[in-house]
Amino acid sequence: MSQVLVVVDIHDGHVTKPSLELLTLARRIGEPAAVVFGEAAGVAETLGKYGAARVLEANDPAIDEFLVGPKVDVLTQLVEAESPAAVLLPTGLDNKEVAGRLAVRLDSGLITEAVNIEEGAATVQSVFAGNWTVSAQVTRGVPVITTKPNTVAPEEAPAAGAVEQVSVSIADTSKGAKVVASEEKQASGRPELPEAAIVVSGGRGTGGNFEPVEALADALGAAVGASRAAVDSGWYPHAYQVGQTGKTVSPQLYIANGISGAIQHRAGMQTSKAIVVVNKDPEAPLFELADLGVVGDLHTVLPAVTEQVKAKKG
Amino acid sequence: MKILALVKHVPDATGDREFADDGTVDREGADGLLSELDEYAVEQSLQIRENSDDDVEIVALTVGPDDAADAIKKALQMGADAGIHINDEAIHGSDALATSKILAAAVQKAGADLVVCGMASTDGNMGVVPAMLAERLGWPAATFGHTVSLEGQSVTIKRDGDTAAQTVQANLPAVVSVTDQSGEARYPSMKGVIAAKKKPVDEWTLDDLGVDTAGIGLEGAATKVTDTTPRPPKQAGTIVTDEDGSGANALVEFLSTNKFI
Ligand SMILES: Cc1cc2nc3c(=O)[nH]c(=O)nc-3n(C[C@H](O)[C@H](O)[C@H](O)COP(=O)(O)OP(=O)(O)OC[C@H]3O[C@@H](n4cnc5c(N)ncnc54)[C@H](O)[C@@H]3O)c2cc1C
Ligand SMILES: Nc1ncnc2c1ncn2[C@@H]1O[C@H](COP(=O)(O)O)[C@@H](O)[C@H]1O
Repeated sequence: MSQVLVVVDIHDGHVTKPSLELLTLARRIGEPAAVVFGEAAGVAETLGKYGAARVLEANDPAIDEFLVGPKVDVLTQLVEAESPAAVLLPTGLDNKEVAGRLAVRLDSGLITEAVNIEEGAATVQSVFAGNWTVSAQVTRGVPVITTKPNTVAPEEAPAAGAVEQVSVSIADTSKGAKVVASEEKQASGRPELPEAAIVVSGGRGTGGNFEPVEALADALGAAVGASRAAVDSGWYPHAYQVGQTGKTVSPQLYIANGISGAIQHRAGMQTSKAIVVVNKDPEAPLFELADLGVVGDLHTVLPAVTEQVKAKKG
Repeated sequence: MKILALVKHVPDATGDREFADDGTVDREGADGLLSELDEYAVEQSLQIRENSDDDVEIVALTVGPDDAADAIKKALQMGADAGIHINDEAIHGSDALATSKILAAAVQKAGADLVVCGMASTDGNMGVVPAMLAERLGWPAATFGHTVSLEGQSVTIKRDGDTAAQTVQANLPAVVSVTDQSGEARYPSMKGVIAAKKKPVDEWTLDDLGVDTAGIGLEGAATKVTDTTPRPPKQAGTIVTDEDGSGANALVEFLSTNKFI
């Protein structure tokens, strides 16, 4: 069976959920070979459990010292050696660029932000702020595809997960953008925004007080999100922005509080399975997307909900 | 010192965006404008000039059909010195591979020390063209900057990376892209609007670029759209007006009915 190269992201020593999803999708095309940038020892077992027959470890200090370029060198060499049926990457700032540069090197078609991958590497994308669904196919070269989080539920499919060292030679021209400082983001202690099953978010309507939003999120075990208006006002960090220029989320439940529903915000949350909107203006456009809409003040509605949720959970 | 600001003309996101029969973005049926995210590229180019002791020339470059001239016009009104519009029937339907190829040829012909891009185009929203362009030019790319600074022959950006806040440095010539966190873009002044009318705009075809046309246009694309479907209209949900806690009660009931608690 043909190989499928799957770039997997490791965060805090764990394989990210979107990476496991990708291993599941990869099996529709061929046999997944996971590509790990950095140490693979701690994650090989998990990767094997989710279907990676091989774990290709590319460990070189240049990978962290320079943006993107070294990873492209590794993947180019792997594609040449393995002639895979496709190269798949979970979306992210760096992975998208890795994918773009790789596509140029290979003169191969590139598809970004797929929400599904089917047999033969056919893709489905959700575009124009989630208003259209597009099916597409790479017609030249080795398909290079990035996916959004929450494509499929990761399925276990025990495989060897055998670690192989990839000997990499990184060109000087791939060391052009040097990472001169790097400060790890503080963990919020809540689920990662793009992976969370429930997202509770706040906008300008919070008036800068995210306490009721955070309290409800914690009662539900949810992640916290924010509109750009809230981020621009300095009320919440940019890393939590949902929308076109922030994160895309597609949770089971999205609860939007004090958010009007601009197209750029919708772009990041429209594909959520269920949507609840709390807004004191009955004309707020986001009510159009709501499965349940509550016209009311978030500062009274949310604390009451939180209290009842806590009581029910005991 | 010469900066090329890359600007794209896109359908207005607040209007109805559609696909044409050939699976490409409908650019004729929709009102277009300079992609808002590319205004930040023009703004940062202008700020680099304002903070520099050297002579800095800023040229706005676009690849697109006739209407794309409006994107150049807006950039000139904001303060760019000149424009280059790559316009050729054969470009219609090009994918990111082809766009980056055309842009690379244009950058080489125009010459530049620094190319400043937006973080993503608001229609395709891929966010890959800056990196692909850099790959073709063999230049470094420092992307998704919320802060850009230039010192001598080196450009430094700060970015909100995937897992870390990073500072990235590259030597010129280089490609940078900037986010909507880089600072609001200015509105054209009256003076700017008048001055723009006299600024030179070059129109180039693929022939003028002397670019190998393999892979350019719909036929040459390395990806093929096989189907486009509008999202079915959302079924109207339940709307409750909160009175004496009825809103919270409805929300809690929704959570338990749907097994979220
Ligand atoms: C290129 C571009 C990219 C963008 N990217 C993004 C993006 O990624 N994400 C994003 O979110 N936006 C983005 N935007 C901005 C977007 O257009 C909107 O400006 C933004 O989403 C508005 O945020 P908001 O809904 O919180 O604020 P507003 O539109 O001001 O809405 C606030 C809402 O809160 C309600 N409210 C007020 N008080 C209360 C209360 N006490 N209780 C309940 N409700 C209350 C009001 O009725 C109102 O509906 C982008 C814009 C552009 C041009
Ligand atoms: N047709 C084009 N003409 C000029 N610049 C473009 C074009 N397409 C993309 N760009 C630049 O590349 C950036 C990212 O675009 P994209 O990868 O399409 O999301 C944009 O913000 C522009 O600066």
